Amino acid sequence: MTAVTIVEGRAYPLGRQNIDTDIIIPARHLKTVSREGLGRFAFETIRAEAGNVLEDPTYAGAPILIAGDNFGCGSSREHAVWAMMDFGIKAVIAPGFSDIFASNAFKNGIMTITLPQEAVNRLVEVARDHPITIDLETMTVTSPLQDRLDFAMDPFRRACLLAGQDEIALTLASESAIAAYEMRSDQLRCKSPRFGL
Amino acid sequence: MSNRPRTLYEKIWDEHVVVQREDGTCLLYIDRHLVHEVTSPQAFEGLRIAGRKVRRPDLTLATPDHNLPTTRRAGTDGKRLPIAEPQSAAQLAALERNVVAFGVPYIDALAAAQGIVHVVGPEQGFTLPGTTLVCGDSHTAAHGALGALAFGIGTSEVEHVLATQTLWLRPSKTLEIRVDGVLGFGVAPKDLILHIIGRIGTAGGIGHVIEYRGSTFAEMSIEGRLTVANMSIEGGARSGLFAPDEKTFDYLRGRPMAPTGEDWEAAVARWRELTTDEGAEFDRSVQFDASEVAPSVTWGTSPEDVVPVTGAIPDPDSFADPAKRAAARKALDYMGLAPGTALQDVPVSHVFIGSCTNSRIEDLRAAAAVLRARKVHDGIRQALVVPGSGLVKRQAEAEGLDRIFIEAGFEWREPGCSMCLAMNPDKVPAGERCASTSNRNFVGRQGPGARTHLLSPAMAAAAAVRGRLTDVRELVE
Repeated sequence: MTAVTIVEGRAYPLGRQNIDTDIIIPARHLKTVSREGLGRFAFETIRAEAGNVLEDPTYAGAPILIAGDNFGCGSSREHAVWAMMDFGIKAVIAPGFSDIFASNAFKNGIMTITLPQEAVNRLVEVARDHPITIDLETMTVTSPLQDRLDFAMDPFRRACLLAGQDEIALTLASESAIAAYEMRSDQLRCKSPRFGL
Repeated sequence: MSNRPRTLYEKIWDEHVVVQREDGTCLLYIDRHLVHEVTSPQAFEGLRIAGRKVRRPDLTLATPDHNLPTTRRAGTDGKRLPIAEPQSAAQLAALERNVVAFGVPYIDALAAAQGIVHVVGPEQGFTLPGTTLVCGDSHTAAHGALGALAFGIGTSEVEHVLATQTLWLRPSKTLEIRVDGVLGFGVAPKDLILHIIGRIGTAGGIGHVIEYRGSTFAEMSIEGRLTVANMSIEGGARSGLFAPDEKTFDYLRGRPMAPTGEDWEAAVARWRELTTDEGAEFDRSVQFDASEVAPSVTWGTSPEDVVPVTGAIPDPDSFADPAKRAAARKALDYMGLAPGTALQDVPVSHVFIGSCTNSRIEDLRAAAAVLRARKVHDGIRQALVVPGSGLVKRQAEAEGLDRIFIEAGFEWREPGCSMCLAMNPDKVPAGERCASTSNRNFVGRQGPGARTHLLSPAMAAAAAVRGRLTDVRELVE
């Protein structure tokens, strides 16, 4: 994943809560063996609604999405993140994220920024006319209207995002610890199932 | 390690920590990995590009489920019939190539053991108490019914587990859901979990692992526990746990991949220690009385939109939260329902009995008990039964349940995920309404424009008989 420190630009003021991953990308578009080209399906039911912000030219190409609570609930499909990335989104701000979505986003270098509902409401207002800046170094969201909102992020995830860390490479550096763990636990827990398929 | 009392979750977690970082993130060992055709192709491709192998194919098990058509699979020559939809065929072909290339044990589409991953794992004894189990599917939470710390992961994590047999994770908070008492007549585990989600909300369990405790769960069958644990994710929790007990051991004894002989005895002795210690503290705790739970149905487009079947469609204005009011209006518009309508006056055109939530033998028995000597209503356009695995199907046929379904007017299909998420040809047409035993009533979940009402297998059967949402207690004695 590529290192990321700052995401700035316009933000889609969607605001809606409980955006599930079936809404982000329906199952019929998951029949792919690639991660590419899913942006055209991103949020397709919302984009079909009259007056929706995702098709509003004001925000075209915006790198930030502002949503309501419980964003990304439901299915674990990482295709949701791939579709959003291909649509141009690099960060999502919401009062809360589903655990699996937040993890999937992180693995792809997409920032998930959790802020209180009132702060999100404020940003939805600001975003209608102004760009927003997310700075992972200072852990702030700022606007040209002098808004300055502090956010918290899991230190491990923050460090990985800032460094563009390849997680598998990081883990393979712990190879000896994994091997030692297997030595002491395989017998104990009857690890290998008896396959007779 | 101190002797501080620990929850079941903490015990399983502690035993699987390989590396603990100063920032609190841990490298957790993964004992079991289930793989299916939809969320794995990009993961295998990632391994291929990086020149990596599957570290522990012996702890990995693959089977196709999401895309498979549920119509007849084998031709007269016994070979697999081609899948008509080219993209689905390509996904299955990719899985078949990948399991060979990476040496992963595979239950193929024609095997009797094939089925939905979350039915197959427990059924084969691949899922064991005290293990960590993952799969690229959010309903992996189901395996917690057997005391496994089981959770859904994305494709990047699938690749990470394939390559390293571990995941970087932070410990979750713990949520105790305690239910005591006896479920009423006609009330199923599905009704109970819908009731719970209706109360805690779909975000209620975010950041938490649930432990289901209390006499109601102690009395519940393993199939019932699988239904409850399965829907933990609908309450926002990545995992839901049940402490293993005699019912668990009885269920697992003799399963093909379960330990045998002395290994079995040793395993059971260890599994008996997998309980939350006296005095251990949960971060949160909620309690319910089983006698409060009625046969339940969803009315909206979120699994938290739950009412008793004897109730009515709520008025959006009755919700205090403005966001919830707006969501309810949108949901009713999509569902084509008016506030105040009695649930039992809502007609349905489709009935689906299946999915990783409710496709096991007990589910089919419960539905068949309602359908015996009855017919599907004239207003029903399609009624499907999709067993969770080939072995469930075989068992049901041995009990004559298939005859009951077929004589009533249901289609008796081959196993798979089917109409739960409409990736295969089983779809609910736009604007049509389905009584479904699956787990999600999201917009478009069962097909573009499809309207879903979640309910138990017996309630689905009752809806099929009356052609509308029905209180099953009126049809059984």
